[in-house]
Amino acid sequence: MREYTDGSTAIVRGSLAAGCTFFAGYPITPASPILMMMMRELPKVGGVAMQAEDEIAAISMCIGATMAGARAMTATSGPGISLYSENIGLAVMGEVPLVVVDVQRLGPATGGATSVGQGDVQFIRWGTAGGYPVIVLAPSSIAECYTLTMKAFDLAERFRCPVFLLTDKELNMTMNTVDVDEYHDLIVRERKTGGSDNGRETGVFTPYHYDPPDGVPPMAHYGGDVVLRFTGSTHDERAFITKHPPTVEALNRHLAAKIEEHLDEIEEVTADLEPGARTLLISYGVTARAMRGAVREARSGARKVSALTIHSLWPVPEMAIRAALDGIEQVVVAELNLGQYRREIERIAHGCQVVGINRVDGELISPAQFLEAIR
Amino acid sequence: MTVAPITVTSLETYRNESPYPFCPGCGHGFILDHLNRALVKLQLDPRRVVIVSDIGCVGLSDQYFVTNAFHGLHGRSTVYATGIKLARPDLKVIVLMGDGGTGIGGTHLINAARRNVGITVLVFNNLNFGMTGGQHSATTPTGAITATTRAGNLERPLDICATVAANGASFVCRGTSFDKDLPDRIAEAIQNEGFSLLDIWELCTAYYVPNNQFSRKALMNTLDQLQFPTGVLQRRETPEYAAAYRQAYAEVLGKPTLSPQPIEPRLKSALDRRFNLVVAGSAGGRVRSAVRLAGLAGILSGLRAAQRDDYPITVKSGHSVSELVLDPDEILYTGVSRPDALLILSQDGYQKVARYLPLMTRDDRLFVLPPLAGVETRAQVMVIDPAHAPIRVAKTNTALVLLAVVLKQLALLPSQALEEAARLGRAQYVDENLKAIAAGFALADR
Repeated sequence: MREYTDGSTAIVRGSLAAGCTFFAGYPITPASPILMMMMRELPKVGGVAMQAEDEIAAISMCIGATMAGARAMTATSGPGISLYSENIGLAVMGEVPLVVVDVQRLGPATGGATSVGQGDVQFIRWGTAGGYPVIVLAPSSIAECYTLTMKAFDLAERFRCPVFLLTDKELNMTMNTVDVDEYHDLIVRERKTGGSDNGRETGVFTPYHYDPPDGVPPMAHYGGDVVLRFTGSTHDERAFITKHPPTVEALNRHLAAKIEEHLDEIEEVTADLEPGARTLLISYGVTARAMRGAVREARSGARKVSALTIHSLWPVPEMAIRAALDGIEQVVVAELNLGQYRREIERIAHGCQVVGINRVDGELISPAQFLEAIR
Repeated sequence: MTVAPITVTSLETYRNESPYPFCPGCGHGFILDHLNRALVKLQLDPRRVVIVSDIGCVGLSDQYFVTNAFHGLHGRSTVYATGIKLARPDLKVIVLMGDGGTGIGGTHLINAARRNVGITVLVFNNLNFGMTGGQHSATTPTGAITATTRAGNLERPLDICATVAANGASFVCRGTSFDKDLPDRIAEAIQNEGFSLLDIWELCTAYYVPNNQFSRKALMNTLDQLQFPTGVLQRRETPEYAAAYRQAYAEVLGKPTLSPQPIEPRLKSALDRRFNLVVAGSAGGRVRSAVRLAGLAGILSGLRAAQRDDYPITVKSGHSVSELVLDPDEILYTGVSRPDALLILSQDGYQKVARYLPLMTRDDRLFVLPPLAGVETRAQVMVIDPAHAPIRVAKTNTALVLLAVVLKQLALLPSQALEEAARLGRAQYVDENLKAIAAGFALADR
């Protein structure tokens, strides 16, 4: 059985399957279809969807709702991410599980609202003040839009942090044919709550207490059986503002360590490696689809080539990239920007020639462009 | 989510033991004491109260209470509160913000009032930015001296109460930190189901008082001079948003959510390679929906389909171009470098796809209406005149008529595939679409 659908629909379905109960967004091409579908679907499961007055309000409502026990998602495009920026920092600092969908469009400012682009790759990574790691997943098919949306919710709950789903106009708005059995459901872990005796005696929860090696504090929510404090300021484990240097340092290191020390739980790539290949193609998102087409064509002509599709863009899946570089002389990184992710590959692929295929004209990179680049 | 009722014997205070950190004479402590009195009066379960504090000196306030607390970003406290209230309408959500937060978050205040979301906003209005060095704010009176208005403030102060009242707030009150009845007013605001705001004027003894020789008396005079009335200014019975939302959507609760719409490929196409079909028409000409039927017909015939649409942001004017790819294999690349067949329905469409014409070869097919019969191309041209269709079809469905002609001519799909696809569509369009397809097939046979 097949389905004729688009990535927006798959993301909405994935979020519902993941137990999303709250959505807030602001209309923006090409993310609006998600907003409209969530407004229609969420009330059916007893959830709430809001069209906010602006993107700042949209993500703020999501953060407030999450702390009141909801599982929340928001969706926008590059200009909206700009307005999310400060609140992304709040979600990092306050340790808020939250899924943020960025349906990329072309260029800075208003740019090309109805044109495809992949220019938010570094912006998403460094999109808030202070410079702390975030998790970014990039589907490259409609079925992956579904599955990685579920994974985004799972990782958000697991690590108490914002998780981004990075897609684009083409993936979200172009209809394509999906085999229904390509949709894979994941188990989205429940929010870790309480802790054995956290707040039981005093009635006051210690919201930022965590134990190694897990490093992620259990959560409570407003209206539960304990009093909960939340803050975006530098805080102690009770969420009181502090400047005590050892406490401050521990907090800031913790925010990075809880993600960076668990890369094995986050890394996800599809490695299609061919023994004897001298060229490794690397791509992500919609561009990785054309790469797969090119690999198919090259091999039908008996040309050896390896390919790596990156699904977890941030943190950079260095282990998987290193493994794919074995025996490779030339790495080709294809993306719809001027070489943003190539920087990360160059950092890892010592001794290889790293070249880019880049387009910023609103058109997709074609399989033919990949074929020209294979040695 | 239900919570066991707390067995609190009458709470005598909602303050914890920490002393306030505010400057001597600062109004913040007075207002917080009034808030505490209101909470004591209402005897609310501290677990059912969320204090959402903004930024500035007032942003420290949540740390002195035993209730839940949310301390977020500058100006956004109203929207965090909205999110909390929407997720948990049973909670009492109280926003503590300054005149700075009111200025930077003005749009959120207006929208919270307009929605009548059931939160209570206390504005600690000390007429300047006390934490960052005494700069002027949105409520600084005209002529006042601040760190950023050395020649006197040139701006007019925002009338917060009039703004939210005009936009639907259900309880609006203006007072001062000196008011004896403030605890009662705050209690009334918290008990009110809808959006409540209290604009509470007070003294900033660090900056505004010394810079302007300001005093309690001067504060009262300023209110008079500005003709800003005090007391309860609005009480309005309108549905609270979070409750209204649940009521409005109660009837869809439990209805099935979006699920896959599987299509069974029960026909067979002879197509053994990728085929790019581009249809170029005008907005409002149902180009996208016609091409969508062709895609569905392809899937019904065992192929895979992909459709990319291009149209200007002004949806009802200009071009509408749909690119359809049909392929026996998975469609990995949805771009079209050269159409195998191109159908041009209008001048708008022609202008958008003219770039394809020089690329087309003698094996490619071009379908045009009579006005474009002379277009230069190497492709095989077929001119279609919908006026010759033996069946009359509404003009709005011309795109589907012509697409039926094209599909029949190209023989890519079994002819019943398009009809089957039409039957899968929305009931109200089925007959009309079948008629258009029949007209197209008849026209193709002429």
